[in-house]
Amino acid sequence: MDANYIAILPELILCGLGILVMVLIPSAGREGQARLGYLSLAGIVAALVASALLWGNQGTALFGMVFQDAFGNFSRILLLFASGSIALIALPYLRREGILMGEFFCLLLFATAGMTFMATSADLVMTFLGLETLSIATYVLAGFRSKDLRSVESAWKYFILGAFSTAFMLYGIAFIYGTAGSTKYQAIAEAVSRDGGLPITFAVGVGLLVVGFGFKVAMAPFHVWAPDVYQGAPLPVTSHLAVGSKAAAFVALLRIFQQVFPGLEGDWNFVFWTGAVLTMAIGNIAALAQSNIKRMLAYSSVAHAGYLLVGMAAGNPLGAQGILFYLAAYAFMTIGALAVVQVLSRPGEAGIDLDDYKGIGFRFPFLSVSLSVFLISLAGIPATAGFMGKFFIFSAAVQERLYWLVVIAVLTSAIGLYYYLRVIVLMFMHEAESEPPAPTLQPSLRAVIGLLILGTLVFGLYPAPLLELANQAVQF
Amino acid sequence: MFDGYLLSLILALPALGAAVLAFLPAENRSLLRNVALAACLAAFAASLLLWTGFDPSTSNMQFVEDHAWFELGGFQARYALGIDGISLFLVLLTTLIMPLCILASTHIKKHLKAYLCSMLALQVGMMGVFIALDLVLFYLFWEVMLIPMYMLIGVWGGQRRIYAAIKFFLYTAAGSLLMLAALITLYQYNVTPNFNIVEITGALSDGRISIPEGTAYWLFLAFFLAFAIKVPLFPFHTWLPDAHVEAPTAGSVILAGVLLKMGTYGLLRFCLPLFPEIALQMEPTISCLAIIAIIYGALVAMVQPDVKKLVAYSSVSHMGLIVLGIFAFNLQALEGATFQMLNHGISTGGLFLLVGMIYDRRHTRLIEDFGGLAQVMPRYAVFFMIITLSSIGLPGLNGFVGEYLTLQGTFLANPVYAAFAATGVILSAVYMLWMYQRVFLGKITGEANRQLADLNLREMAVLMPLVLLALWMGVQSSQFLRPMDASIQKVVDRIEQAREPQSFRVENLGR
Repeated sequence: MDANYIAILPELILCGLGILVMVLIPSAGREGQARLGYLSLAGIVAALVASALLWGNQGTALFGMVFQDAFGNFSRILLLFASGSIALIALPYLRREGILMGEFFCLLLFATAGMTFMATSADLVMTFLGLETLSIATYVLAGFRSKDLRSVESAWKYFILGAFSTAFMLYGIAFIYGTAGSTKYQAIAEAVSRDGGLPITFAVGVGLLVVGFGFKVAMAPFHVWAPDVYQGAPLPVTSHLAVGSKAAAFVALLRIFQQVFPGLEGDWNFVFWTGAVLTMAIGNIAALAQSNIKRMLAYSSVAHAGYLLVGMAAGNPLGAQGILFYLAAYAFMTIGALAVVQVLSRPGEAGIDLDDYKGIGFRFPFLSVSLSVFLISLAGIPATAGFMGKFFIFSAAVQERLYWLVVIAVLTSAIGLYYYLRVIVLMFMHEAESEPPAPTLQPSLRAVIGLLILGTLVFGLYPAPLLELANQAVQF
Repeated sequence: MFDGYLLSLILALPALGAAVLAFLPAENRSLLRNVALAACLAAFAASLLLWTGFDPSTSNMQFVEDHAWFELGGFQARYALGIDGISLFLVLLTTLIMPLCILASTHIKKHLKAYLCSMLALQVGMMGVFIALDLVLFYLFWEVMLIPMYMLIGVWGGQRRIYAAIKFFLYTAAGSLLMLAALITLYQYNVTPNFNIVEITGALSDGRISIPEGTAYWLFLAFFLAFAIKVPLFPFHTWLPDAHVEAPTAGSVILAGVLLKMGTYGLLRFCLPLFPEIALQMEPTISCLAIIAIIYGALVAMVQPDVKKLVAYSSVSHMGLIVLGIFAFNLQALEGATFQMLNHGISTGGLFLLVGMIYDRRHTRLIEDFGGLAQVMPRYAVFFMIITLSSIGLPGLNGFVGEYLTLQGTFLANPVYAAFAATGVILSAVYMLWMYQRVFLGKITGEANRQLADLNLREMAVLMPLVLLALWMGVQSSQFLRPMDASIQKVVDRIEQAREPQSFRVENLGR
């Protein structure tokens, strides 16, 4: 058992660079801030490449605190891809809103390191540390538009409820440690499979853990913070909250329930079943009533947590594979949709009401067609990755004979069709009420949006490569 | 020479056309039109090779392409394409209707590029539905076609286009989501390594796959609902008049000509062969709905003041007859129904084209605004007459063959149904001819109608193929029926097998 620092090379790059950026902020001056952004982006790309190169390693590292496995690397690549796209999207946004970039990117790097630690963690303490690193950085990020009350509200709400959920989780970890005698996943797994089972306090611990993660992934009834926080946070941070932070929590949850507690499955599927139903229903129904596209996408993000929970409720390898695929698809379409919203918005995040989208369809064809593709994918219409992801997850649920869950999931998706399509209707079928100025679309943003569309469509038509990687990843 | 990938080629040509269109300048309208037309004509030419190369003696799928697509939990979804006697002519109908629609779209000025791209994307989706053999692939195409149709109605439609577009979308999407749930459930019972409809049907008929009757009932219902909404069968038909009336001419033609056939095709390809026992059980209910559709559609059509709406309701009536024929379960009725699908595509498609032509001139479709048009527009009146006669089934034209076969087959199955259905046929003659009389005969009523120009060369070029085909199919019907024989016989055998007691199945194990 040794340190094996190569195994945590991505995290080392992220943390090292985070510190470097922090140190460089004063000397970079106002003009040099953008350079720090590019530096951070380069770091995220380097970490991504490092994770890819680590594919195929086995075992544990960092004194048994982290796993080296395909699951960890797949999740790392996914999370780093999300952070990298968000970093690139954030650059023009921060310049426009006059937000200091150095601090932003420094925090984003730390948050990303926290996420990737959650993906590889082999110990509840490590998971907790990763989660806290992610959360604390994100609390600050959510309040970055400090002149806007909404942003401040968002940061406060997220902080208070986040701290609350952390307490739940820590309490749960304490119970688990008390009964299983260790916080290491392997030791817990052995304790679970030991004859005679574990006392009820262990179940209490798992329950509290689920509540803690439930907050992070916005599982109903622990989702109430999500719409306000998502809406108030700066747009790139909304992407980070909706995709990066949620995906990190899901992969940690997935690892705990599929790798550590497989003997426990049966008892907990019901919790996820209920959570999935509530989350899908509340997310989709509430999204119907929104008049602000950011808030609508926030509720849609809650709904998507519900679809992912269907995979958790299935609790089989197919479900895990489906969740990983879906997280990738979800990253493409949600980051993409929010990026288009950002381009179409005006300084101060004005112009993000649904009414502002009237008649822009044929005026800004690239942006509106892109947004339509992302929304169609979110709605789960075929030829997009969003459909394939739903198909895989629902298949996993049917394999476990959760017919009613699938029927409910399908019906709530049908509700989803309405509000996603409403945006397309507004863009293409209504006439514009005013003549908004043409948005500026930087080449870098055009490239990111193009890349995300490519991902959405290519994996929608030919999911095999990504699906195969996800399959390798879930062979724990 | 293209046999190995002819179907992919037919599928790719319109997609390629759309890709080329995307890079052409939007101002050069005639270039855009010509590129789209060329893509459609190329697809049509390629599809003719299907007909010439088709072997009518077998019920097996032909021109099969089968490649790995993706693997999920031990089963393979495959890119599997193929056609048999049922889908052959539906493919041809699609590739024929599309170039005509492009030709008939000269009145579209707004966002022409997007319009043509939607049309071509629509063609890819519709073609895919008829040729996909893999269930997942089928579902993909089935849904892909929704978005372009939705855009066609919603952007280029009439006054209430947004309402009609959303209604169309929600109705059909709700049906297809149910089908998705059924598809996923079906795969739990699948023992074949992939999701090929032919193999699954084979495995079901020799008992390798057995689905408990309760589950099969729900699965049948889910598939049936998706298809019934598309057909549309009473009482799921309410989206149709709205969509038809609001859609631009080409949209209505495609809706009537091809899209509705996807529903009846689905019944024939999925509902009957997959769940014959349930189909037999449900037959009285479904036949009853079909009869209601026939008579109700005809009665409502009769009182419509708007020609386009009249044709839309006549669609409900005609499609009801096709469903009735399908659920008569014998060779005559099924062949009649399949033949009638083609007829309906030609005659109703033609009627919508004709209505569009007069609407372009007068900007009204109300019957009361017209009268004595035959004197002003003799060529138009002749074309309209031929298509009307084809629609009401005059002997010598295509409609007669289809209606006769369907009614004969229905009579064999249940004379009472046939009696009701025949009433519908008579009613169709009533409303069509009455409409014709009010629009074309008598004195010229409106002053505005005196100056109307007769059909020009382009418009006649659009209508001529349909008229010739109506004649050809009426006289030489066997050329169209022969290739269907084997494939339809296979469906009938499957139903007969389900009727027979268990012993019959054992004999058939080797099939």
